[in-house]
Amino acid sequence: MVNLAYAGRTYPPTAPYAVGREHVRDFARAVGATHPAHHDVAAARALGHPDVIASPTFAVVVAQRAEAQLIEDPDAGIDFSRVVHAEERFTHHRPIHAGDELVTVLHVDGIVERAGLSMVTTRCEIAAADGEPVATVVSTLAVRGPEQPVRGPEQPTGAPA
Amino acid sequence: MTRPLLADLEVGQVVATRTLTFARADLVRYAGASGDLNPIHWNDRFAGEVGLPGVIAHGMLTMGAAVDVVVDWAGDPGAVLDYGVRFTRPVPVPDPGAATVDVSAAVGAVDVEAGTARIDLTVTADGARVLGKAQVLVRLA
Repeated sequence: MVNLAYAGRTYPPTAPYAVGREHVRDFARAVGATHPAHHDVAAARALGHPDVIASPTFAVVVAQRAEAQLIEDPDAGIDFSRVVHAEERFTHHRPIHAGDELVTVLHVDGIVERAGLSMVTTRCEIAAADGEPVATVVSTLAVRGPEQPVRGPEQPTGAPA
Repeated sequence: MTRPLLADLEVGQVVATRTLTFARADLVRYAGASGDLNPIHWNDRFAGEVGLPGVIAHGMLTMGAAVDVVVDWAGDPGAVLDYGVRFTRPVPVPDPGAATVDVSAAVGAVDVEAGTARIDLTVTADGARVLGKAQVLVRLA
């Protein structure tokens, strides 16, 4: 079972995550994003960005590293094989661009038991090296209890994370 | 490239549609680019053991690919201020073959004072919604 005592916890800032130009391009390719601002520095600069900018969901790469502090903590009691991804939301305070050094603070906003599921909501506050807010990533995982099948035809909601 | 203007938008107007296809190679590519190596996205045996019909697409791949129709319409990826979804159904990816996902983007709300529009995405596979409450807030002139 998920350890309810983790609700409300805030973790120390992560080590900086360096956003590389080729990674921005590779992630864009992986989601089929062909806009030149993801790939071509001159095109990004023409739109006023300092370098190629990341796709709107790229921040998940940064966030999931921070979330691992909770998910990989045995005392948190989150069995990843029983997890489905329920919700995800990105709020961009400014676009992420190649050259960013991003520091993330992970917050466990809530752990709610509901119909045999534990709904775990985390919030990653991602900031630049100088402290400027860059993105907020809110993610909700549904963790099924041991008495429940991971997925059955009667439980069509959620996609495994 | 001509960018859309807030003043031209009407609530309910469909501004973009796209059909996405995901084959197993696309899942492997996304796994590598994102660092999400969960074997349910590339290993049929493992997927079966956790009760899935087979390998399924990453929810985050569907989410990331769906918003790109809005990026191209808005004309600048930096215009996307906020994007949230609920994952309502998995997308099984056959082998051989590919899964087909249909995306339709419509104007949900316009806030001229804030300079933003909310674009609502309808994202379906086999006629069933795979993302719920998929909303994209974009900044437009």
